[in-house]
Amino acid sequence: MSAAIKPMITLEEICTEAEKIRLSNPNLGDTIVSDIYQNAEMIAGPAVSKNSTDSRSWDYKLDDVLTSRLFGYPIMFALLSVIFWITIAGANVPSQMIADTLFAFQDQLLIWFELAGAPTWLTGIVVLGMFRGLAWVIAVMLPPMAIFFPLFTLLEDLGYLPRVAFNLDNMFKKCRACGKQILTMCMGFGCNAAGVVSCRIIDSPRERLIAVLTNNFVPCNGRFPTLIAIATIFMGGMVVSELQTAVASLVVTSLVVLGIFVTFAVSWALSHTLLKGEASSMVLELPPYRKPQLGAIFYRSLIDRTIFVLKRAIIMAAPAGAITWMLANIYIGEISIIGYLAAWLQPFAYAIGLDGFILLAFILGLPANEIVMPILLMCYLSAGQMMEFGTLEELRDILINNNWTWLTAVCTMLFCLLHWPCTTALLSAYKETGSKKWTFLTFLIPTVIAFIVCFIVAQSARLLNLV
Amino acid sequence: MNTALTTIPLSTLGIGSVCQIVSLNLQGLLRRRILDLGMVPGTPVQCIRKSPAGDPVAYMVRDTLIALRSEDASQIHVNPM
Amino acid sequence: MSNSTIEEHQNFLSEHFGITTTPGQFTVALAGNPNVGKSTVFNALTGLHQHTGNWPGKTVDNAQGSFTYLDRSFLMIDLPGTYSILAHTVEEQVARDFICFGKPDATLVVLDATCLERNLNLALQVMEITPKIIVCVNLIDEAEKKNIKIDISALQKDLGVPVVATAARNGKGLGTLRQKLYEMSTGLCTPAPRQINYSSEVENAIQQLLPKVSRLIGSNLNPRWVALRLLDGDQAFINSISQYLDFDLHPTRLQEVAV
Repeated sequence: MSAAIKPMITLEEICTEAEKIRLSNPNLGDTIVSDIYQNAEMIAGPAVSKNSTDSRSWDYKLDDVLTSRLFGYPIMFALLSVIFWITIAGANVPSQMIADTLFAFQDQLLIWFELAGAPTWLTGIVVLGMFRGLAWVIAVMLPPMAIFFPLFTLLEDLGYLPRVAFNLDNMFKKCRACGKQILTMCMGFGCNAAGVVSCRIIDSPRERLIAVLTNNFVPCNGRFPTLIAIATIFMGGMVVSELQTAVASLVVTSLVVLGIFVTFAVSWALSHTLLKGEASSMVLELPPYRKPQLGAIFYRSLIDRTIFVLKRAIIMAAPAGAITWMLANIYIGEISIIGYLAAWLQPFAYAIGLDGFILLAFILGLPANEIVMPILLMCYLSAGQMMEFGTLEELRDILINNNWTWLTAVCTMLFCLLHWPCTTALLSAYKETGSKKWTFLTFLIPTVIAFIVCFIVAQSARLLNLV
Repeated sequence: MNTALTTIPLSTLGIGSVCQIVSLNLQGLLRRRILDLGMVPGTPVQCIRKSPAGDPVAYMVRDTLIALRSEDASQIHVNPM
Repeated sequence: MSNSTIEEHQNFLSEHFGITTTPGQFTVALAGNPNVGKSTVFNALTGLHQHTGNWPGKTVDNAQGSFTYLDRSFLMIDLPGTYSILAHTVEEQVARDFICFGKPDATLVVLDATCLERNLNLALQVMEITPKIIVCVNLIDEAEKKNIKIDISALQKDLGVPVVATAARNGKGLGTLRQKLYEMSTGLCTPAPRQINYSSEVENAIQQLLPKVSRLIGSNLNPRWVALRLLDGDQAFINSISQYLDFDLHPTRLQEVAV
């Protein structure tokens, strides 16, 4: 038997021998890497000829401005504001056109259903629930997304985002986190689920977890339309119409900046409590600026992002619309189910500056943030008299008829910015962390913060008799 | 090599200055990362720019701009040129 | 390959790498440093025929795309963008394991023409694992703008493998790239990749291990490269090699096999 084994060599034997050699020469690993680079130099040397590095200056000059002590931060803020301004200014008209078309079609649908002799409940669920939910989601979401995504992809393609990480890394270091976290936050603007997945770029497991747990504090595209609509109606509405868009975009930008500050605060707190640890190292490549490829940007942002996100929203919106319509139209005694739920939530909701319907809409919107606003409108419209919503002015009337004040608007925006992530993002967090505990905290931390912040704002405003 | 006396930490290099890497006093993943980027002993490095807060700092290594935090750069010993 | 070995390889790919090939389809691995336009090359070659997911059991993106050239279909696997494949991170491990154990019919390494030296590091590492490599010098237009000239034929001669200059964003050089991939996969092209010259201390250490390594692995892998990984004390590699090649680290099982 032993004779048969002898000629065999096991991997373990060779490993032991390798180990011996390595111990007698501890720099072997480094030497291997150095040697490969030396070969690379020997090959590249004769094959590459460089003339003056003059043409580099364009890159240098751009970096001189974009990462300068004086302009670095203001430019980031300005770029963000400009993007929102273009989005808000550009989305208004197409939004209305889409709404007009879809609601005209809704009227047509109603006629057809009536001609076909469909029962009221069927018409309600299909047309007033599913179709109307869909129409709102498309009208409210599609135009801002179709403008925001290409603009943001443009910055990405230019190579600006690594500069943002370069500029902000120091703050992340102070929070004992990684500067690349801002890149995951940028992904979060598109979709928090994608943002959570992108946390893979962070090497340290501790810092990666911090990035996962805080990604939700950047508002995703599902929340932008809500923020934009409320900001335009209430904040923009306070000034003359020429300034409306500018004020609204400033409000949205400030909210994003607030979200970034909350990210810093929570990252800092986590680094000092649950995820204790020192900042680890960071190696960040700053690739040269590249001329963006407009075709690819258009394709990537429209097909990959806009259509993808819209598809998800639509899949969620149709059933959510149907369910909401049913909840709003099934009466127990004098009050609809939605009325009961909202009344039950009212005390909590009032304490944080919202009302029962708003909180209910956020809860029902857990599968996708995009459907919060449509659900809310459906609740309001079914509770009060029927009304067609097409434009922002009409939306404003609906909200004011339902006792919205500037405080309701502020608290709704804050809650929207800070509250729990949608189920898709939570699912991604579970897949990435592989832990129920961290997934639960991904839900809990934003939720608690949203309640606390809105509570403080609402109570202070009321104490100071501001409303 | 009698370089130990004249080496300085990479983090003390002024903007625009050029140096040559002598040794890396780093461990683990960071050491491998730095080596993989071609920052092996003998490699020339130029300090290019500081971020607005003064840290991290971007260095040009083999035609690539690499940003490092000061804590990490201070563990890389270089010979000014 | 006989039909049964092809089938075996297909099962192996699907089990370990989550890759499903159609019969007769070639697999092409796509490697490259970050920020070299690797995904532009990937998109340009595969267009809309893409599918993304994760590597089995890992939180690392796995993008696959297919294209047809002449009469053959190719499945391109976009490996994570890494500076090295010495496997210090999960991404590098995934890339290395696929090139090494997935045995792609060709491996395309995308290099940035504006910093060729650093990028050659990765190409040389890949060349140690597989001879079936095609080097794509991308961003050649950017290099021209920066007054950097690259002698492609000299590079090709020196490396001993096909080298193609591309500007993937403008579609320049992609036709040649497809052709070279075809030639490499069908065996029309016989590459003779350059061996890395190591300093004497490394070379001596390799020579000490080489005979035993050759006996252990046979012709499965490049024994020089395996010896280097073992000398590097690369635990991830030792795990991979025992996982993929069914080498057992525990001699007891080997005894049973031997009996």
